Amino acid sequence: MIEFRSVGKTYPDGTIAVADFSLIAPSGRTTVLVGSSGCGKTTLLRMVNRMVSPTSGSVWIDDLDVATTDPVALRRRIGYVMQNAGLLPHRKVIDNIATVPRLTGVSKAAAHVRALELMDLVGLDRAMAGRYPGQLSGGQQQRVGVARGLAADPNILLMDEPFGAVDPIVRAELQQELLRLQRELHKTILFITHDISEALLLGDQIVILRRGADIAQAGSGLEIIARPADEFVAEFVGLGGERQLDIRRVGDVEIVLDGSGRPLGQVSARS
Amino acid sequence: MNYLTQAIQWITDPANAAGANGVWARMAEHFLYTVVAVAVAALVAVPLGYLVGHTRRGRGVVVVTSGAARALPTLGVLTLAGLVLGIGLAAPMLALVLLAFPSILAGAYAGVEAIDPVTVDSARGLGLSGWQVLTRVEIPLGLPLLIGGIRSAFLQVVATATLAAYVGAGGLGRFLFLGLKTQDYPQMLAASLLVVALAVAFDIAFESVEWLVRRVVPSGRREASA
Repeated sequence: MIEFRSVGKTYPDGTIAVADFSLIAPSGRTTVLVGSSGCGKTTLLRMVNRMVSPTSGSVWIDDLDVATTDPVALRRRIGYVMQNAGLLPHRKVIDNIATVPRLTGVSKAAAHVRALELMDLVGLDRAMAGRYPGQLSGGQQQRVGVARGLAADPNILLMDEPFGAVDPIVRAELQQELLRLQRELHKTILFITHDISEALLLGDQIVILRRGADIAQAGSGLEIIARPADEFVAEFVGLGGERQLDIRRVGDVEIVLDGSGRPLGQVSARS
Repeated sequence: MNYLTQAIQWITDPANAAGANGVWARMAEHFLYTVVAVAVAALVAVPLGYLVGHTRRGRGVVVVTSGAARALPTLGVLTLAGLVLGIGLAAPMLALVLLAFPSILAGAYAGVEAIDPVTVDSARGLGLSGWQVLTRVEIPLGLPLLIGGIRSAFLQVVATATLAAYVGAGGLGRFLFLGLKTQDYPQMLAASLLVVALAVAFDIAFESVEWLVRRVVPSGRREASA
């Protein structure tokens, strides 16, 4: 469980990135923070592994205040996946994945065995092990990033727009892979995106943020779509636009139309 | 053309080759001065450059200082140092170290600074300590630019090391100054050719080192990681 207790972040120049934010991200679930760029979501994520220190409030992992931990040790037991994968360009794929286990004293042979297993897990051909990141496609690099984040078998996985820089087809593929992984692994995932569709797809809990990391609404996708808290949320999730759907009867079937009247599909027969 | 032929004759003359004042001995001295001056400069400039690059502090001071150091006329430094330190090797060594210093410092510092900040940030996020970020990410990825800096320092120093003879030390400058005083121009030209040959040899050696480094350490520069 990750808990934000009234955290705030004000930069020395007076910019308020996060005003006053409280949230519980439950264990084994995916919590998605979604908002436009500059809403403070990345700042919140980086508070968890102490890449950013809050200027007020505290972040807790289970019953541990992260401010009391050694940041280096803390980061080694939290998986971190970034937008551009952030792979080390001078290390082979296998060594990139094995980075954290090697730091924590796992032998090279054991770390490599584990890295190869992780490559299978994230759907990377083992033949890529000896390549350098620069020789991989964006989607492959991102898979390496996910494998690296999982290498130390952390309970918590922080994902900062991990699929933001890949093309839509690869993104859809990676999203499905993440859902599959999560069904197997049950990590506590804190996921950041600006894409509401991605949030609805991946999030058990979705948190919609306004500027200053002000929570506009938090809840399951179902709750948010059924009862948007206000105009801002309704517009953000696309109600009144593409996500304002219609049902039309055609003979004995009901079909669903999107906001601009394009048919999306049939309503299944079971009642 | 005549001078050139005479100069080559001078170089190939066995009478000039051997002995403490022979071509080989002076060439070895010259080589040694260059290597020692660059090594001493690197001993200070490399850690300092990495420190500035790693902490991102003191950048302004480094830029101004190395810029100013580049502008120092080496002959002036040598004369000044010679007045204080006297005849011998100390003064030219000091001047050569000062000459080598800015290029190496800039190479070390720029090598670290040119690394994609995302790479460094993600290394920290994974749980590398500051020291591990330096030794496992910044130093290897900064290596190509550092070697470039050392290379240009070598070339500057190998050419300027002729000045050592100006205050009584050895090196290929001996032949230059001797030739100047005795109006033996072929000898001067021969000495110049030898310096050029040494410089070219250094440059070829560095080209090979850089080629090797490029093969061993794939680039972490911004344009390559995009």
